[in-house]
Amino acid sequence: MTTAPQIWPDAKGRFGPYGGRYVPETLVAPLEELEHAYAEARKDPRFQKELDFLLKNFAGRPTPLQFASRLTEHLGSARIYIKREDLLHTGAHKINNCLGQGLLAVRMGKKRIIAETGAGQHGVATATVAARLGLECVVYMGAEDMERQRLNVFRMRLLGAEVVSVNSGTRTLKDAINEAMRDWVTNVRTTHYLLGSVLGAHPYPMMVRDFHRVIGLEAREQILNVEGRLPDLLVACVGGGSNAIGLFHAFLGHAGVKLLGVEAGGRGHALGEHAARMAAAAGYSGARPGVLQGTYSYVLQTPDGQIAATHSVSAGLDYPAIGPEHAWLADRHRATYTAVSDDAAVAAARTLARLEGIIPALESAHALAELIERAPKMPRDSVVILNLSGRGDKDMEILARYI
Amino acid sequence: MSHLATSMTNESRISRRFAELRSSGEMGLVAYITAGDPSLEATEQFVLALAGAGADVIELGVPFSDPVADGPVIQRASERALRAGTTLAGVLSLVKSLRAKTEVPLVLFSYFNPVLQMGLEKFAEQASAAGADGVLITDVTPDEGAEYRQAMSSRGLDTIFLAAPTSTDERLALIAKASSGFLYLISRTGVTGAKDQLADELPALARRVRRVTDLPIAIGFGISLPGHVSVLVGLADAAVVGSALVEEIERAGSVPAAAEALAARVKLLKGAAVAGMSRREPNA
Repeated sequence: MTTAPQIWPDAKGRFGPYGGRYVPETLVAPLEELEHAYAEARKDPRFQKELDFLLKNFAGRPTPLQFASRLTEHLGSARIYIKREDLLHTGAHKINNCLGQGLLAVRMGKKRIIAETGAGQHGVATATVAARLGLECVVYMGAEDMERQRLNVFRMRLLGAEVVSVNSGTRTLKDAINEAMRDWVTNVRTTHYLLGSVLGAHPYPMMVRDFHRVIGLEAREQILNVEGRLPDLLVACVGGGSNAIGLFHAFLGHAGVKLLGVEAGGRGHALGEHAARMAAAAGYSGARPGVLQGTYSYVLQTPDGQIAATHSVSAGLDYPAIGPEHAWLADRHRATYTAVSDDAAVAAARTLARLEGIIPALESAHALAELIERAPKMPRDSVVILNLSGRGDKDMEILARYI
Repeated sequence: MSHLATSMTNESRISRRFAELRSSGEMGLVAYITAGDPSLEATEQFVLALAGAGADVIELGVPFSDPVADGPVIQRASERALRAGTTLAGVLSLVKSLRAKTEVPLVLFSYFNPVLQMGLEKFAEQASAAGADGVLITDVTPDEGAEYRQAMSSRGLDTIFLAAPTSTDERLALIAKASSGFLYLISRTGVTGAKDQLADELPALARRVRRVTDLPIAIGFGISLPGHVSVLVGLADAAVVGSALVEEIERAGSVPAAAEALAARVKLLKGAAVAGMSRREPNA
């Protein structure tokens, strides 16, 4: 059954109570400028045409929706389909948003792009788009992430980007965002901040979602073509939540399609051992609504409002806040969220490699691990779509320890 | 009770201090330090030293794990303060203790999340009861600040908002309307921290702000030397110095040595403010 979805966010960038624009005054005018430029671009058929051309001819869209026949058979489960975002240029869904924002930066006359990166996938996609569009590019990356994802550091540098190591705080994604915001607040007149997830101040959560919406639009058409019906369940991993919202959004109006986000359960339930913001029901502690890096959403924090350290084997999920639209979907029970451990994610990556010949990113392997638990409990004629948001090449050094 | 008497009693310590400065033709000095760096006991001594040396308003920074608007000096101070176990509740106790010893106006300078987690009402009630005079939240602009302003003003706390070089005239008017006590003008795009020179565009920016408000204007970011303060004479009602003071604390070998260094620096800067003012033409 189809119901008309309410269009979020509202004019102030709110998804229900979540979202908004909590930034130092210096950034308000540039955020307003970005909001207006995006609103104009969105209405401009030439912008959409140029973006579609690059998505097709540079990034490799549409991506296949593959029936995972051996995995389905092995699990004796619901019919599992895999949306192959890992096949995109640069190896993850991140390029969808980078192309959109890159074109927007050119349109706004900005010659310099900055970005943060956790796993390095967003950094690589940004560096790639900057090279393609002839823009200067600086990527901030936590020192710990540079170590665990150093192949991506080499890729960014080869593409001509400057990669700046961030040694403050927890030396991961959160601190890379802090440093990118400090750069932006300083160089705001010449620079576009190409934020990589559905996080940050308005209009980022909306704009980044819109650029990833193509994932769900394609998947919906593809599943209707092969199965003749909508899926029963969508599963995606959630760090900030860009690949998940990209898949979910086109299905929001279809009440029969269940949405499941999978967070990083890390190595335990105690605060500091995981990055699960919405999985309190599964025993993960420390998340409450709060303000971090421009937006109001669920944040892992101490009782007196200091942002907590997080842990995940996957750098891309290792972040203390979730995108505000996810918080709102959870509050309304439109989507549910759970978490899986480091070990379960690694085991799932191995399973997919052996059964389907696909090495998934450790981020996407979290979604897969939850699916491996759930799909066998569903009726065998039900249909599930897994968003395989990225490929695992970048994770080989970590995976090698488990082989 | 006459109308005049009522308005006198309702006036905040901050407004009174700026009124005194205006009537004596003096430029003020606002001093920022991070509370709890290296301990709350030390901060108490530092505030008394700053006030004794002539600081007109003290901003007490509430340390936060993710200070996106701050440069490396204040980032390090926040980390030291958090390692020492500083909490917002602890900073409020410090305010209470200070208020028993000094009448210097005290502004709590914080990121939003610690205040939000305490609860806006509870924070306002406790800050006011402790004897704080105003609040400045770095990552709350008037656009997102309606509820916050209501909570603070109902407890008699001034709400100080930031104005920036990127603010349009329309935004400056919005900021002026939402501010009380004084308006804090950021001298340049960027994070906190000392710089050699002030931005060339600063005089024009200060004039744009002056056109939209009668509130006292304090200019901060990048101010560390007497020369910077002299440049502000005639543009600002006060200069804000922060990172330069925090750096003195970081450099000093002990708490007494830090207190002494802070007092010396404030005397030097306040001296520049007063001397610069006396050199000006009357009514310039």
